[in-house]
Amino acid sequence: MTVTASTSEARSRPVQIWLVVWACAFAAVLAVFLLQDRLPWAVNYPAGAIVSVADWVSALMNLIKSNFSWLTRSITAALGVPLDFALNLLAKSFKIGRGADMVVLPRLSWVGVCIAAFLAGRAAGGWKLGALVGGCFLYIALFGQWTSAMLTLGLIAIAVPFCIVTGLFVGIWAWRKPWAERLLISPALDLMQTIPTFAYLIPMLLLFGNSPVSAMIATAIFATPPMVRATMLGLSRVPSEINDFSEMAGCTARQKLWRVLLPSGRPALMVGVNQVIMLALNMVIIASMIGAGGLGYDVLLALRALKIGEAMEAGLAIVALAIALDRLSQAIARSHAQGHVYQEVSPSFWRRYPNLTLAIAVLAVTTLLGLFVPAFAAVPKAITFTTAPMWKTAVSWITINFFDTIEAFRVALILNVLNPVRAFCEGFPWLGAVFLLGLAGYQLGGLRLAVLVAALTIFCAVTGLWEKTMATVYLCGISAFIACLIGIPIGLMASRSDRVEKVVTPVIDTLQVLPSFCFIIPVVMLFRVGDVTAMIATVAFAVVPAIRYTNYGLRQVPPALIEAAKVSGCTKRQTFLRVQLPLALPEIMLGVNQTILMALAMIIICAMVGTRDLGQEVFIALSKADSGRGIVAGLAIAFIGIIADRLFNAWTAKARARLE
Amino acid sequence: MSLRSMISRLSMGALTLAAASVLTPSVHAAAPESNDPIKIALFDWTSVNLNAKILGGILEKLGYTVEYPTADYLSSLTTGLTNGDLTVALEFWDTTAGEAMKASDATGQTERLGALGPKAKEEWWYPEYMKEKCPGLPNWEALKDPKCAEAFSTAETAPNGRYLGGPVTWEGFDDERAAALKLPFTVIHAGTDAAMFAELDSAYQRKAPIMLWVYSPHWAPAKYKGEWVEFPDYTPECYNDPKWGVNPEAKYDCGKPHGEIWKYSWAGMKDKWPVAYKVAKNYTVDTDELNKMSGEIDLEGKTPEDVAAGWIAAHEADWKAWAE
Repeated sequence: MTVTASTSEARSRPVQIWLVVWACAFAAVLAVFLLQDRLPWAVNYPAGAIVSVADWVSALMNLIKSNFSWLTRSITAALGVPLDFALNLLAKSFKIGRGADMVVLPRLSWVGVCIAAFLAGRAAGGWKLGALVGGCFLYIALFGQWTSAMLTLGLIAIAVPFCIVTGLFVGIWAWRKPWAERLLISPALDLMQTIPTFAYLIPMLLLFGNSPVSAMIATAIFATPPMVRATMLGLSRVPSEINDFSEMAGCTARQKLWRVLLPSGRPALMVGVNQVIMLALNMVIIASMIGAGGLGYDVLLALRALKIGEAMEAGLAIVALAIALDRLSQAIARSHAQGHVYQEVSPSFWRRYPNLTLAIAVLAVTTLLGLFVPAFAAVPKAITFTTAPMWKTAVSWITINFFDTIEAFRVALILNVLNPVRAFCEGFPWLGAVFLLGLAGYQLGGLRLAVLVAALTIFCAVTGLWEKTMATVYLCGISAFIACLIGIPIGLMASRSDRVEKVVTPVIDTLQVLPSFCFIIPVVMLFRVGDVTAMIATVAFAVVPAIRYTNYGLRQVPPALIEAAKVSGCTKRQTFLRVQLPLALPEIMLGVNQTILMALAMIIICAMVGTRDLGQEVFIALSKADSGRGIVAGLAIAFIGIIADRLFNAWTAKARARLE
Repeated sequence: MSLRSMISRLSMGALTLAAASVLTPSVHAAAPESNDPIKIALFDWTSVNLNAKILGGILEKLGYTVEYPTADYLSSLTTGLTNGDLTVALEFWDTTAGEAMKASDATGQTERLGALGPKAKEEWWYPEYMKEKCPGLPNWEALKDPKCAEAFSTAETAPNGRYLGGPVTWEGFDDERAAALKLPFTVIHAGTDAAMFAELDSAYQRKAPIMLWVYSPHWAPAKYKGEWVEFPDYTPECYNDPKWGVNPEAKYDCGKPHGEIWKYSWAGMKDKWPVAYKVAKNYTVDTDELNKMSGEIDLEGKTPEDVAAGWIAAHEADWKAWAE
């Protein structure tokens, strides 16, 4: 007894000290706030001292543009070859020669592609998967989205392998050279994932041109990081026995890497591949703004004309594409993970790859048939159908019947919650924020973290973006908070019942891939432009990781421990509170962390419904083609994310250490 | 017939076809000067894409290869059009792209091809049913009446009226206008015009009060019944000189400028495709016709390609003359 008492005392003493420190810190910040007449420079960053980082970035961009366009343009040309091939093959058909002498070789027939998709699914995961994948493609065809969907698929088909190969090599390099990982790769990955794509759209347009290649490079910048991370994780998780064994067997370094380590790390690598596909599909809207066309462009165009139904259909076609590719890649990962059975290698191609041969044959036959039967070449209009009027009617019905109730709710929310929080955030002294965040960094992760966090906060102030930064913090903070409030209980329910999980999983998959544009406009019709709409759209997107990680965390608590709790006489409630929840806490915290990052990713989209924060700043920069201004605002958004991420990680690490 | 021989027959056929057409002299002797694709930008609204498809259709009939890359409206003026990634873009509105066009002209790498024809009109707009609640409209002075402003208010702007302006990136000066004309209105900025018209559609269905920025040519004034507020007419002095107008201490005490819609091209187009350049420079379209065609696409669900083909067939004499 005395032992436990003394340890708890020892543990509580530093906690008490920190309590005092925090109380003093808050008092100091409050004092600064109250004395703002005397110390205005500590509350609002003085306009005279703003450092014009934006102008430097613009100047640098101009320098690169005028001196290195030959390089960037040759990259465009080189990448354009496979990309054009894929786009022609799937969507546009080949045009040989130009002008009047043009000869057209047809694109692949839609019938053939659907059958090939079915065959691929069947080969990877049996009839059921085949029907699902083939069904998704058929769905796209029947809803009249074929050409756009194939443009998108063509871009994905080239971008994804490009991301995977790049990610794999960078990951291997980072794994071999820890210094490179720490100094170069890791910060770069953080920035690539947190700077919104809109922020570097202008430099992309200047350097790589208004073409699908730019869209592909933008997609690659956003979608490659998970592959790099997965590679590093996969390689470091390979059991040392396997490593030792390969050395005993006399492998060279190269053989060891390619024949032993990478195959053993395959499950982790496949998770990376899967994430690359998902993130690449997330980018289709933005890609369509710089020359890619496809489904993303259809969504944009439909929304500009307020065709909600059409936009929803194009959005759901993206979801269908995502589901097909996701399930296919997961099935391939599983079948590979089960390992190979040695088979006698058959000499003929047909015997070795029956499905592939069949798919090629079907594609060739249907495409040739398309030359004579138009129904094979393009989806005949007669068999397509549309649900657009239904969507439109549903939205109108809700608008007419529920608007007044919704309006009352919205006004109450704005006046009582949102506006006060906003005023509080925007009036927060910048010096106080630097000080408090630095202190939190010091408590959670020591001096290095404190310096990092303080420096990133100072950047937001000295670039003159303090007020907009805090407006961003306000919207993201509230949205992430509500998303957790909704998401964690749902995740909890999903973890306790397989039936709930079965319902929840497709819903959150859809929320993650369906472009936010699709539902942001109907929400405007109900909630008007402004912060409430932005908040709802953000919550809908950011709730996904909160649900997913809570469910995952609770499900991976070893059943033996729960059994042990039951045997020792815990009630259900005790088992949950004392055993399951503490063990799942790191995962749940990771989910919260991801929720914050997702909320931040939505800031740009929210600017489309009239928020006044860093997202708006990025938009203004985009319309003025001002690369410096866009990148600086993008960096400020990224830094908010990095600060939140670092503090959260440090906190989770501490919590985990306490558990063990 | 075996598959292989069928393929070889097909490719042989294609080759002979190609050879034959190389040998026969082209109908249009002048065009095309270059077989490189002419890239006509698509933006994200209907009329510009229709114009692109019309011009593209004409150029294709003249033997050119045409591509339609998608692009971003304002930034294309200083990115794609300056370096030839985009050859032509057809609608830049004086009312929203004034500064961007100035910046583009300053680069010297683009060329203003002249006006498209239709005049852009943008102003404060309200649905017809609001006239009952504010009988003095469309005269702007009616809005100064507090009762009238209140009719346009919502809970968070009351007693001020609520005016839904365009995105901050559009050069609207509505905050300044409301202040200069002492209108009891709060200006709310929509982030995109899609959001703006979503609010209009929602309000119109419920016959609810709304005052917002509507522009023409656009499908909205065709679909919803309503009127533009009549402000004092715009003059350049109004935007530059405080003394001008009803408020001697403030600028922007007048309506929005009504402007041209401009066509732009990459500066290199003139030398690379002289005939196509001539067609693009001469290309104009009638306002009413454009509105009607936009309506056919947005409200009746026709494709832009079909509507464009109809225009090209109906105006064959016109565009043949442009190419001379």
